[in-house]
Amino acid sequence: MSKLVYLIPLFPLLGFLINGLGRKSLSKSLIGIIGSGTILASFIVSLLVFFDVKANGVSVITLFNFISIKGLIIPFAFQVDQLSVLFLLIITGVGFLIHLYSTAYMHEEEPQHFGRYFAYLNLFVFSMLLLVLGANYVIMFIGWEGVGLCSYLLIGFWFKNNNYNYAAKKAFVMNRIGDLGFLLAVFWLIFKLGTATYSDVFSQVAQLSSFDITAITALLFIGAMGKSAQIPLYTWLPDAMAGPTPVSALIHAATMVTAGIYMIARSNILYTMAPGTQSLVAMVGLATAIFAATIAIKQNDIKKVLAYSTVSQLGYMFLGLGVGAYTGAVFHVITHAFFKALLFLGAGSVIHAMHHEQDIRKMGGLKKYMPITHITFLLACLAIAGIPPFSGFFSKDEILMAALAKNPIYYYLGLGGALMTAFYMFRLYSLTFLGGFRGTNEQEHHLHESPSAMTIPLIVLAILSVIGGWVGIPELFAKDAHSLEHFLAPIFASSTAIADKHHLETSQEWMYLIGSTALIVVVIIYAINSYKKYQPITEESTGLGVILENKWYVDELYDAVIVNPLNAVAGFFKNFVEKYVIDGAVNGVGRLVGYGSRQLRLLQSGQVGNYLLIMVLAIVVFVLVWFNDITIVYYLNRLFN
Amino acid sequence: MPIQYYIYLCLALFSIGIIGALTRRNVIIVFMCIELMFNAVNLLLVAFSKMHLAAASISDKASTVGSDGQLFVFFIMVVAAAEVSVGLAIIVMLFRNTHSVDINFLNRLKN
Repeated sequence: MSKLVYLIPLFPLLGFLINGLGRKSLSKSLIGIIGSGTILASFIVSLLVFFDVKANGVSVITLFNFISIKGLIIPFAFQVDQLSVLFLLIITGVGFLIHLYSTAYMHEEEPQHFGRYFAYLNLFVFSMLLLVLGANYVIMFIGWEGVGLCSYLLIGFWFKNNNYNYAAKKAFVMNRIGDLGFLLAVFWLIFKLGTATYSDVFSQVAQLSSFDITAITALLFIGAMGKSAQIPLYTWLPDAMAGPTPVSALIHAATMVTAGIYMIARSNILYTMAPGTQSLVAMVGLATAIFAATIAIKQNDIKKVLAYSTVSQLGYMFLGLGVGAYTGAVFHVITHAFFKALLFLGAGSVIHAMHHEQDIRKMGGLKKYMPITHITFLLACLAIAGIPPFSGFFSKDEILMAALAKNPIYYYLGLGGALMTAFYMFRLYSLTFLGGFRGTNEQEHHLHESPSAMTIPLIVLAILSVIGGWVGIPELFAKDAHSLEHFLAPIFASSTAIADKHHLETSQEWMYLIGSTALIVVVIIYAINSYKKYQPITEESTGLGVILENKWYVDELYDAVIVNPLNAVAGFFKNFVEKYVIDGAVNGVGRLVGYGSRQLRLLQSGQVGNYLLIMVLAIVVFVLVWFNDITIVYYLNRLFN
Repeated sequence: MPIQYYIYLCLALFSIGIIGALTRRNVIIVFMCIELMFNAVNLLLVAFSKMHLAAASISDKASTVGSDGQLFVFFIMVVAAAEVSVGLAIIVMLFRNTHSVDINFLNRLKN
């Protein structure tokens, strides 16, 4: 069955080609069927491959040699193991639901743009599948670049709005910065080990000096920073909200931002061997988790809140990777894929009902108009806040417990972030669904529940958000109930063998667990109470509030430190170097030839006397040169012989 | 007679030819100056030919060294004769058309 794994990326690629080329002739319903159907087919094959891996174990399928030069062979091979099949299931499963949802969400688009949208979406899924399936870093890099490209295309999908184009460009440039780090790391690996294939790299890792391995992992981490939106390269993700809402769901849940987590989880042995980089990963992750959470508290755009929440949750995943809880990080990727896709699709449903109004201050009371969206959104909020027994509780708890075992400071800061998460999610929930409606009468008149193509994915994702965490029930509750850990154990085996183990007392663990849950519940009740009866106020916020509303002025800082100087340099090149040096040289050559020709034309006077004079002078010159040449050669010979 | 005398004479003749060709405007005089230069060169060829033959004859009475120089003189004379006939024909045509033999009128060939 694993032999059929090439079908998984092939279906979306076909969907991309058909929808992309036929977007002007196919009908919208056909485009929707092709777009979603290919992903569904991939999902079915992924399921089969998943059960095959479970039964028969790991395999590597080589299709052909991608690069083959002396001493370096990079095969186009697919790695089918526990980690990649998990990601395959998330990407194709959640991806399919998002495609299905998009058929309803995007139905107002013209057929041509509808086709373009689904073509991009399929290409996105294809790139991500390639990324997780590749059996070496080079194939991963192809997918890595592919998702970067597709995010650019989809964020700038409504290309008539220039701000959206800027957001798309920002995403692309930020990603490129990270990609450079990734690329350098791959070159470094190939230079030192002569291979980029995972199995070879991981078995030869002992040959690397500690400097090499630290540098390689740090460079890889820079790649992950760009792709997974960590400090300092996170600012593209909130701006990526410019794209259609299902695209945000796809970027945030199923594809793209999980690439960095996947890459580090895949290279876990490298990171375990480089404790320095690992602490860096943990600290950057933790900083991002808290930093983004503080910004999310003050945002008023429904999608912006969710975007910063994604950045924050990704921070938790990196914290997990940094403290060696690789299973926990992957676990959080899975649960996060469920509830964040649900949140975005729910937000999309709200935006759809509100006729593209995204400001939560102008919503409220949607509970009675949109019951399904309301219930599913509430479940997702509970999941992300970490209320047992919803999925987010188990995964976040696993990461935080690992952080506690490593360093209590990580735990307390992480818990602080988790409390903020609970606060801003329930602030969002209350402002959107509770209280009275604060929009215009016309909007209220049009409020309606979304069509079933949109609610069915919501319901499926809601069920997954509730039960998704049950694959990873901690030891504390039941012995050997953490089936995910057992499933992934072969991937992280060499890392767990090296890493030193910290174990907490069971009673201690219970204490932290109950304490943190109680705190979260208190915060949730506080948030609901403060925003339930929210009335729009005109007074300006003060102090820290202003800073948070402006996202700590990070964009302004980047503009001042990097963007504006670069623009100035570019302006100098455009206005001076381009205009005077390059154009000057090119035009100067032309002008010189023209001038020379005009001067030479004077010789052609038609006066025979002049010709004669020139002829005589030329003969005299030639004769002089000739004789001097001979004497020069003569003296040179004398000199050297 | 030393070869230097021939060389000085040829140099003088050639210089007269060049200066005449450069400074005079009458086509016929320019033409004559060109002939003068030809003949300066011819004279030089013959002089060197004789010099080489004389030098070779001291050791070998039957030597023919330098005779190719005299051969070239004949060639040049033949070619010069042909050239003179063409040149004079051009001058005649020039005179018919412009009623002048001024060399500067030759630029009228342009049109």
